[in-house]
Amino acid sequence: MEILRYDLVIVGSGIAGLRAATAAAWASGGKISIAILSKIQAMRSHSLSAEGGMSAVLYPEKTNDSLELHAYDTVKGSDFLADQDAVQVLVEYAPKEVRYLERIGVPWTREPDGRIAQRPFGGMSIPRTTFAADKTGFFIMSTLFSETRRFDNIHIYHEHFVTKFIVENGQFRGVTAYDLRKGEFKLFYAKAGIIATGGAGRLYRFTTTAHSTTGETLGYALRAGMAIKDMEFVQWHPTALVPSGILVSEAARGEGGYLINKEGERFMKRYAPQRMELAPRDIVSRAILTECMEGRGFQHESGMCYVGLDLRHLGEERINKRIPFIRELAHKYAGIDALSEPIPVRPAVHYTMGGIHTDTWGRVLTADGKWIRGLWAAGEAAAVSIHGANRLGSNSLSECSVWGRLTGEQAAKYAMETPALPSPEEKLVEAAKKEEGRIFDTLLHKEVNAPSPYEVKRQLNDIMEEHFGPFRHGSAMAEGVAKLKKLREYTSFRIADGSRVYNQNLKDALEIDGMIDLALVVGLGAYARAESRGAHYRLDYPKRDDVSWLKHTVAYLYGGEIKLTYAPVTITKWKPEERKY
Amino acid sequence: MKSVVIKVKRYDGKKTWWQEYKVEAPSEKVSVLDLLVKVKEEQDPTLAVRYSCRMAICGSCGMVINGVPRLACQTLLSELKAEFITVEPMWNHKVIKDLVVDLEPDFEKVKKVKPYIIRDIKEIYETDKEFGQKPEELDKYYNFAYCIQCGLCMSACPVVATHERFLGPMALNAGYRWSADSRDQGWKERVKIIDAEEGVWACHLAYTCSAVCPRGVDPGFSIQLLKAAMLRKAKRP
Repeated sequence: MEILRYDLVIVGSGIAGLRAATAAAWASGGKISIAILSKIQAMRSHSLSAEGGMSAVLYPEKTNDSLELHAYDTVKGSDFLADQDAVQVLVEYAPKEVRYLERIGVPWTREPDGRIAQRPFGGMSIPRTTFAADKTGFFIMSTLFSETRRFDNIHIYHEHFVTKFIVENGQFRGVTAYDLRKGEFKLFYAKAGIIATGGAGRLYRFTTTAHSTTGETLGYALRAGMAIKDMEFVQWHPTALVPSGILVSEAARGEGGYLINKEGERFMKRYAPQRMELAPRDIVSRAILTECMEGRGFQHESGMCYVGLDLRHLGEERINKRIPFIRELAHKYAGIDALSEPIPVRPAVHYTMGGIHTDTWGRVLTADGKWIRGLWAAGEAAAVSIHGANRLGSNSLSECSVWGRLTGEQAAKYAMETPALPSPEEKLVEAAKKEEGRIFDTLLHKEVNAPSPYEVKRQLNDIMEEHFGPFRHGSAMAEGVAKLKKLREYTSFRIADGSRVYNQNLKDALEIDGMIDLALVVGLGAYARAESRGAHYRLDYPKRDDVSWLKHTVAYLYGGEIKLTYAPVTITKWKPEERKY
Repeated sequence: MKSVVIKVKRYDGKKTWWQEYKVEAPSEKVSVLDLLVKVKEEQDPTLAVRYSCRMAICGSCGMVINGVPRLACQTLLSELKAEFITVEPMWNHKVIKDLVVDLEPDFEKVKKVKPYIIRDIKEIYETDKEFGQKPEELDKYYNFAYCIQCGLCMSACPVVATHERFLGPMALNAGYRWSADSRDQGWKERVKIIDAEEGVWACHLAYTCSAVCPRGVDPGFSIQLLKAAMLRKAKRP
């Protein structure tokens, strides 16, 4: 086992992780050593699948926009579960981050005078979504990855799968990782850590997210004594391509696209008469599914019900200039030309509002609110919380960049103020060696009677789709929780590949292992929350209940069982009101 | 359902062999990647293949399919006019296992051309201004910024095949993309790196790089634009 010593270890290489690295590199004047660990090749993180844009108030004097309005839209979009002090941080820093990204080379789409262009987005009352055509996430990702190459003190570890967070006496000590390419096990011993591992869309089957968006690190976080907040809030994006689930950006509707049912009717008039197609995602997703349940959807040969995303009236020039990727994806994967036919779409799991419990500045907290010293979380992996019960489109790229920067700067300062690391003590090395044994000896040499990780994943996906979908019910969820607990009894997997170098079979089993715990957090949180709020909709409790449930769910592990507790929501300016669009 | 035979070139660190799998394809619209994942999950979990986004934007699944370097997720069954699908790892790269190759030498070459805005770094990190860019300035490099670093161009390039030090299309295209950006002031610095035998001058204009690029980047053209700018002694390409 190799031991590497770093001032700062960043786990995850999406926009939050890369931004944390550049912020820490600059803030430390190149003085601290920084490692970025990615379970895939670092430039391929799922942030790059983001299409539509990044929200920020850029030119308030020209557009009559304000930070206050952006904050209000976000709070209302969240169904009042967001922490309003954190939302304030988001809206203040987002414009600075858009300009930072501009200075490092993101090819933002421009107005003729050279200003950055902005488009309308769901739940945003003014066009404030900045974009680079409809590949915004890709361009930010690739530019930020390139920017890390400027700094010699940022070391990138591609395909290093983190298996464990090491926390001792309330302090972060490092992580262990499986280096797939070399087939080796490593201890990254560090002063500070930032977890930026993204979401968990692959808990479900029909999802816009990449195969790698599995969320196991959140399960591992629980085991290290961290807490998970508001995980029951899962976002269904209204428009995923049928039958693959590939994302069709909200930019299609931002640019003026319609949603139509099989009668050719713009059905959103029944659900959100003012905002129509640009209502928040939870509302549009439920509207599409309602159309389907009431027999007004189209039927796909795969058996899926869908509605049409109609771009025909936008014209070829606008489509090619502003949303070319959507046209390409629809042509490639659905076989239709958006110029002449509506695109077949239906809701798919897209985003997890919940994540690692942190304070406003991204410091990782235990369930009783204590900071795990030296540890931060940022981006989708964290719940700060600015999205509450429902995230507005284009607020996630802003979040990643803002909290990537903030956590990177704090971690750099912390690392510089902390004395140099001594040699790791025996106890720490033993813990890491024990983990190596668990991976290479126990897991890798498994009895043949255990189930294959893929079989377990299939069962997990079935349970999540059937029992914890966009329309939930107490009795169905109780059944789902029981099934998940049964799944959790699997303690080993059948791993057919006996090699160490690039053992993907082993990596897949490690993912599933963390996903089951996380799924149970979703399930328990959803079952307990006896109300409907944002993306969490219950047929048996169809109303929001601010008296009993205006609070964050906080899950943690105690004696091997997942327990729930609750934390208050910070309300500074806006009292909860009825949410109408 | 259609039965498909997929023949994979495998490698386990010691030996190389071809292995055939028979899979049921639910429709003609499935991708080669969908089929490989099906093989992995249902028949042979020892098969190693990189993949992630499955929508041709992350650049993980480059491989040689029926003799052409392509992304597996972007290659649909309906596009392959063959009875058999043969799949092998990308050419010109060291194989780690099965279809997984070592791309880090490619990434290091990109790093060599300084793929970032070169100007006073304090302006980037200590101000809050916009440098600004007109739409016509954006157009100068925009198409070349689409590179997803999948490595297919490096796999297809006949010069890369025999000339290990050649920077190759992926890195040279990055050299153009960053130098042609109106916000950048690094052209002179990059010329020193790419005006070399292992730089632009090794390119034989085969244009196989551009032919296989899954994002239509046209690195062959960006290399010629770099040469032209050097010969003209232009202030930027």
